[in-house]
Parts: sequence; C-alpha cells; structure tokens
Amino acid sequence: MDLNFTAEEQSFREEVRNFLRARLPAEISRKVLGGKRLAKDDFVRWQKILHSQGWGASGWPAAFGGTGWNAVQQHIFDEECADAGAPMQLPFGLKMVAPVIVAFGNPAQQQRFLPRIIDGTDWWCQGYSEPGSGSDLASLKMRAQLVKSGDGDHYVVNGQKTWTTLGQHADWIFCLVRTSTEGRQQEGISFLLIDMKTPGITVRPIIMLDGEHEINEVWFEEVRVPAENLIGEENKGWTYAKFLLGHERTGIAGVGRSKRELKKLKEIATKETAAGRPLIEDQRFRDRIALVELELMALEITNLRVISAEGDKKRAPGPEASILKVKGSEIQQMLTELKMQALGHYALPWLDEGLDADWDGDAAMPAYADHAPPLSGQYFNVRKTTIYGGSNEIQKNIISQMILGL
Amino acid sequence: MDFNYTEEQLALQDTLRRFYTRDYPFEHRRALAKSADGFDRSAWKAFADFGILALPFDEEFGGLNGKAVDAMLVMEMLGRGLALEPYVPTVVLCGGLIRDAGSAAQKAELLPAIAGGELMLALAHYEAGARYQLDQVATTATVSGAGWQLDGAKAVVLGAPAADRLIVSARDGKGISLFLVDAKAPGVSLRAYPTQDGARAADIKLSGVQVGAAALIGTAGGGLAVIERAIDYANAALCAEAVGIMSALNEVTLEYLKTRKQFGVPIGKFQALQHRMADMVIATEQARSMATLAAVRVDSADAAERSRAVAAARAYIGAQARLVGQQAVQLHGGMGVVDELNVGHYFKRLTMIGLSFGDADYHLGRFSDTLLAA
Repeated sequence: MDLNFTAEEQSFREEVRNFLRARLPAEISRKVLGGKRLAKDDFVRWQKILHSQGWGASGWPAAFGGTGWNAVQQHIFDEECADAGAPMQLPFGLKMVAPVIVAFGNPAQQQRFLPRIIDGTDWWCQGYSEPGSGSDLASLKMRAQLVKSGDGDHYVVNGQKTWTTLGQHADWIFCLVRTSTEGRQQEGISFLLIDMKTPGITVRPIIMLDGEHEINEVWFEEVRVPAENLIGEENKGWTYAKFLLGHERTGIAGVGRSKRELKKLKEIATKETAAGRPLIEDQRFRDRIALVELELMALEITNLRVISAEGDKKRAPGPEASILKVKGSEIQQMLTELKMQALGHYALPWLDEGLDADWDGDAAMPAYADHAPPLSGQYFNVRKTTIYGGSNEIQKNIISQMILGL
Repeated sequence: MDFNYTEEQLALQDTLRRFYTRDYPFEHRRALAKSADGFDRSAWKAFADFGILALPFDEEFGGLNGKAVDAMLVMEMLGRGLALEPYVPTVVLCGGLIRDAGSAAQKAELLPAIAGGELMLALAHYEAGARYQLDQVATTATVSGAGWQLDGAKAVVLGAPAADRLIVSARDGKGISLFLVDAKAPGVSLRAYPTQDGARAADIKLSGVQVGAAALIGTAGGGLAVIERAIDYANAALCAEAVGIMSALNEVTLEYLKTRKQFGVPIGKFQALQHRMADMVIATEQARSMATLAAVRVDSADAAERSRAVAAARAYIGAQARLVGQQAVQLHGGMGVVDELNVGHYFKRLTMIGLSFGDADYHLGRFSDTLLAA
C-alpha cells in the first residue's frame, strides 16, 4: 500500500509540466481558467500542438500514433493539463469513435480516419441520442437502408439525432442507426460513419440555459452514405457502443478539472467579502467547501485505485466506471453551485460580453468582479453532467443490475 | 502507487476471516455481549497468537513493526467480525502511546506484555463536559513526595473494566501530563457499564491516587501532543473498522434483497431499493478510499498532514457510515430492527463508532478550519 507516485512518474509529471509551460498558448489558458468562451480554433490549435509533440492521443496504442502511456501516465497528463488550463481534448473523435475504429474497423478505415483525428483535421460529433431515445438508447429509430447499386452500395439514412455536442463544427458524425426492426431492438443497430457535408443533413442549434450554443439537433433526409463507412458488421452496432461504455475509465471522474475548480472556489471565497470579512471565514460557507473537498479527496483515491488496477486483466468488470461517473458529476455540480453562491447578489447579472476573452470588467459595475460572469452560467450549464453519458440513475441501474445482480 | 496488500498481509487477513467465521460466529458474539467480561478471553489469546497484539511495536519489544496500513487490515476484519475485544484501547491507543512516548523501561515492561496478551490497558482522558476537545482536562496532578497525586473524573473510558492499568491524563503546573495508574490502586473507582454496541466502558473517579515518579509517560506537560497522535491513530483504525462493517452490511443486505420476496418477486427487483443499494455500494467504495488515505497519512511525521487526513476521513466516513447503516436497516424491513439479526448489531457498532473520539461534525470542523490556514 503506497499512495506515492514513483520517481519515474514524478519525472514524467515534470516533463508534462515543462511542456505545458512552453507550449500551451497563454491566450487559450487564460480563457479556460477564466471560464471564457472557447472558439473552435482554440480546440483545434491545441490538438495540433499536442500532436506535434507526439501526445495527440494519450489513450491510443502506439501503433496508431498514440503515446502508449499506461493509465497512471494518462492520469498525470490529464491532471497537469487541467491544472494549467489547457482546453479539454474533446472526446468524440479521440476517445469515442477512435477506439471503436481501432477495435472493430478494417485497416482501410483505420488508415483513413485515425490520422485525421489525431492531427486535429477532422472534428467529430456523436450521433447516439434521438428525441424519443434518451436513457433508453436501444429504442433508437433513425433508419439506414442498404441499397445495392452499380456505383457502389450505400445506405440511405432518414431520421433525427439530438443533443449533438458541438455538431455545428463537425466534419463527421458517428451514428447508431437502425438497420433492422426484427428481433430484440439491440440486435437491429449498426454503427455508421457519416460525412457531415453529405447532402440532406441539417444542423439546428439548441441553446442551453447559459445562453450558449453548445448542442444541436441533426436531421437526416435521404442521406446517402457509402456502405464502406459501416463499422464492423451490420446489426452489431450495439456491441460496439457497449464496448465504449467500459473502455474509458481514466478521465471519466474529471478529478483534475475539479481540483482546479476547487482551487478557484477557494480563491473566490477568499476574495469575496461578507460584512468586510473574507467569505471563507464564514464557517457555514467554509464547511460547505470542506464537504465538497472531502468528496473530491475520496474520489481522487477511488480514481487512483481504479487506474492502478487497470493493468490487471483478470479483474471482473466492477462498478468503477459508474461510481466515477456518478461522483465525478455530482462534485462538478457542487463546485459550480458554490462558486455561484459565493457571488451573492452578483450571481444575478447576465452579461454576455463577460464570456468574451478581452472583457475585463465593467467600469460602471466595479463590484462585478472579473471572475463573476461565467459562474452562474456554469452552474446552469453543468446540470447536464448528471444527465449525459448515461444519466446517474442509469448508472445506478448498471451498478445494481449488472454488477450486483439484482 | 500501490493499492495491494502484500502476501503476508493477505495471509493475516485470511487468518482473521477464518477465525471470525469459525470461532466467533454471531450467536457466540451475542452471548458474549451479555456475559460478565463482555468479550472473549480466548479470542484475546488467539489475537496474541496471530500477532495482531504485537503489530505496532518494534521487534526489540516483541513487536512486528507494523504500519497503520496493517492496522487498517486488522480493523477491517475486526469490524466484519463485530469484535468485542478491546483492541483499540489496549493496542492502538495505549500501545501506540507507549510506543511513541514511553521511556525505554516502560516500553520494555509494557509492550511485550501487551503483545503477549497478558496486559490490557485503557486511556482515561476524556472528561464530562469537554465533549471531544482534547485539551480540556480538569483532572489534576499535584506533586506528592517523589511522585504525584491524581484527582478528578474521567468519562466513558472504553475498555476500562478489563484494563489492568490505565493511562490517565491530568493537568500539572506545566500542562497536560500522562500517568500510568494501576486500575486497582487505592482511590481509583470505576462505574462500569456496557455500551450500546455491547462493548464495555466505565466512568472513573480518581481521589487522592498516589503514583510514583516512574508513572509519568513522556515529559511533564507534554501530554497533549502525545494524546493527539494516539487519538489520530485510533480514529484511523475506526475508519477501517467502519469500512469493514459497511462492506459486511452491503453483503448481507444484497443477499436479503435477492431472497426476500414480496408481491411475488425478490424485493431487489424494485428500482427504489436497487438505487438505495447502489448508493450504499458507492458510499462504501468512497469510504474505503478515505480509510486508506487516513491509514497511509497517519504514519506521517508531519502532525498537520496527519491530523488533516484523519479528520477528513472521519468526517467523510461518518456521513457514509450513517447512510449505509440506516439504509441496511431500512432495506431489511422489520428484520432490521430485531436483536436476533446481525444487521442491527452492525448498525449499532457503526453508530457508536460515529460518536467515539469525535463525531462527524467535530472532524468536519477540524478539517474545515485547515482551509483558513491555506
């Protein structure tokens, strides 16, 4: 039993830190740390920088250009990136479709798609949820019908996807589509890659509670998709989607980001005052910070326990991923709630310009501190975390039914 | 980073698991709780044979040089077995205290005797009205001949009825000092009673108790830091015990959900109960992480780091244990509130852990106040 990182791991951390100091653009980290709005280019630029370092895909096997890092190294990398204010590497290409292409795609698909994901050329989005299929994902209806023809077999796709995160920027979408209505509903699903420029695709914005355009609905009308874009076998898509569920354990808890935000919460509670005293001296508020910190301390160790067991292949699938998701998302919500609450009255104003990178306060509202504008919006936005990725109630179904056998 | 136990540690865990399954079944424990001693002297002998009474001591005193992580493993098993034996008072608290602050002569005399199972001790420190504050000592030590005279009263001294000797804290001119007192010495009177969880404790009165110069443990006036450290060790141990109990409660509750039928189906088919069970599993895993943190950090030489981790673990586990205990009872329905089932007894022990050596609020306050220093 030893909670310390090894000397090699420590020096790896140092290497990551030095890299971040040298290569993470200050104008990007300022936005991330200040909760400002990030542009598409911020994400792409950072991905290209990582790729130039050979660190574009920390979770991929080395054969496909990944770093080949073990779970502990990936964890250290994530933690340092979060702390330095690097933009999150969006998971849709790197962590969702890529592992499926690696595991179930053919060599042609691997050569075609993976290099463009790792170097930041292609922006991917996820086509899972539908208006009628949220937690009950397997009930999805978007049809894909195979049509044989002289100029190449293709699927004709009709239907609608929704909650498509950052789909407005996407070059590609990976979709679960219905290719059969026979048998169990899970057995008629296929995994299809679709070029977003294909005629018949319409992207419409959905505005979230923070006023931001983060998610979309995507409509498909008679969209022709080459049959070569099918991953694996027809009607086996559910298996591939499920493979992803247990695949990604590191990072799911968001420990690095939450540690950063806890630090920020403490800063805010030290700056904000109540009756002339720093808010953190108010025991009632301080205890609430302490309670979140306890949750995060526990989660950090739970996360490390999971990570350090990662190499052990004999291990039966445990409740880990679900625990990390439930606790990680709850902690994110507690942190955003307390940060908002710390502002007092100044949680109320809604100034859109406050999310602009160059906005540095308002002369007419001096009390409206520069850290204030994003915080209420973050609170409203982050209500999503217990809903997406399998709602926390679904996670508890997984624990009780699949793990405990109830 | 390594979260695995060594082969040796696993073997000890196995030994204890076997012992509790075979020699210390719940019915046996239930009878013991009502017996005069309130614990099993043959179990204590077995503990000596297993080496767990020698765990935290140096080899030179017959010990095994174990770390707090070893204690964690032991305590988890004692929790599962619902042990009534005063392991924490004798070995963790008093043994640890003598190990850390005792003179060479005291260590040579006392530690091998503890390790061999021949000597039981209790720490008589808390006083009525002081609640959990460790610096609140009204008992006095006045110079008397070559030694001291002790006067005062001590509250809810765990393990005192079985103790051969007491370690008594008292205020002298310099501060808080610690004294070794024979439990049968003139002027020592015990009002012994069982505790809610079936263990034994006593309120103790000290009236003109005479002790010699050799009875002082550590330096005169230097007792508080020693007590703080010993109590941190006890708290880390209780964290592990709580985790053992929580794991056991989850197992019996899961089994009950699978077998108890209502409305023609096992009650575990109902989602309201499934999610409760999932919450209990999550709480226990998180509690285990915190108990691990406490066990590793309590050995730290840095007192602030040690206390912060232990306070964090006790505050956090307090809330999780409450959830698991109360819900285990709830999910057992009527069977959860009867004396004949182990569930209620696990619940009682868990609840009493939550009130010993500081409750969750007390520890939250300790932890929360460290945010001011940061």
